[in-house]
Amino acid sequence: MGLLSSSVSITCYKVDGTLEDPVMDNVEKKLKQNMIMEIDDDVSEKAIGWTSMENPYQPKFEGSSFCIGTYLVFALRIDQKSIPAKVLKKFYVLEMLKMLSETGRKYLNNTEKRMVKDRIYSTLLRRYPATPKIYDLIWNYEGSSLWFFSNQKSANEEFETLFSKTFQLSLIRLFPYTIADLNAGLSDSQREQLNKLSPTQFSE
Amino acid sequence: MLDVSVSYNRYKFLGHEFLTWLWFLMEKERSFLQTEVPELTSLEVGNRIVLENRFNEGVEIITIKGDDAGLEEGMLSLRKGAVVTEFHLSFTAGDQQWQFILKGESLNVSNLKVPKTGNVESGEELEGAVLEKAYLFEKVIELINILYKSFIKLRISSEWKEKTVPEIRKWIYA
Repeated sequence: MGLLSSSVSITCYKVDGTLEDPVMDNVEKKLKQNMIMEIDDDVSEKAIGWTSMENPYQPKFEGSSFCIGTYLVFALRIDQKSIPAKVLKKFYVLEMLKMLSETGRKYLNNTEKRMVKDRIYSTLLRRYPATPKIYDLIWNYEGSSLWFFSNQKSANEEFETLFSKTFQLSLIRLFPYTIADLNAGLSDSQREQLNKLSPTQFSE
Repeated sequence: MLDVSVSYNRYKFLGHEFLTWLWFLMEKERSFLQTEVPELTSLEVGNRIVLENRFNEGVEIITIKGDDAGLEEGMLSLRKGAVVTEFHLSFTAGDQQWQFILKGESLNVSNLKVPKTGNVESGEELEGAVLEKAYLFEKVIELINILYKSFIKLRISSEWKEKTVPEIRKWIYA
């Protein structure tokens, strides 16, 4: 989801740890290492990587272009190919009929059927373009906070995995317990009380 | 710190109690809201509220939506033991208005609409547009954080049981 959209969803994170100096060069290097790879002419089914917010289909990270004010702004891109089951079935049946006709046999065994299916699937994967999904993020490096512009469980999980792999920093999702524990300025004794809380019954 | 998935599930009731308390504040303690967030002009329930009532045997979900929907059903649900799990909120500061959905269990913000900003005509304007949007998003995140921190400090204090819960009950049964 684009941060410039008229309506956005935000998941907040705390980023624990720091990068080695020079930070911007390090971020650029790590983003390039984990940049999205095009899979349109490939047999790959899915690709996940970083892209630039401004040009998500032609990512560039040169010259700290991802740096806006005090924020680091870039995006997660997930490309996924989805071949409709009926399309797969059509080409699979046609290929089987062709093989039977060429060999003069009446049927294929299970191993041959699986091989045909795998071959057809790989052929179709090369022909099908991937559908890209783009999720922007704003990382306040100095403030150790990050906003990821999606609440989708799968997108957040992919993001957390790629972020940790890329930057080797701990990413903590902020929800009622973690906000209370990490961001509310509680003392150790208050934290102990927090851990002992149980639900309130408002009704009589 | 506890394991993330364990703490998410074990303490999601805090988010639900926070939203229930927030509804109480919007109805009965507006001055408290203004003290905590001085720039706040108003904070109102928008066009959607979701409540949840857990019984031994299962869960009852009550959704009230619509621009002019009455909230009596919500009050009735609170009397039956429900808590607020999701709110559509409208927040005004001066002449600027934000609208968003706040989910109790995660405190995630969704469907956030910020005050209107200028269109981005060229790449050179992008930087300004991102900074302007970030500033406007920050206002909502800050509002939630300020109020949630006040809630948590109250929640772990003796005042919660001795004063706040009786006041909320009084409001529910009024």
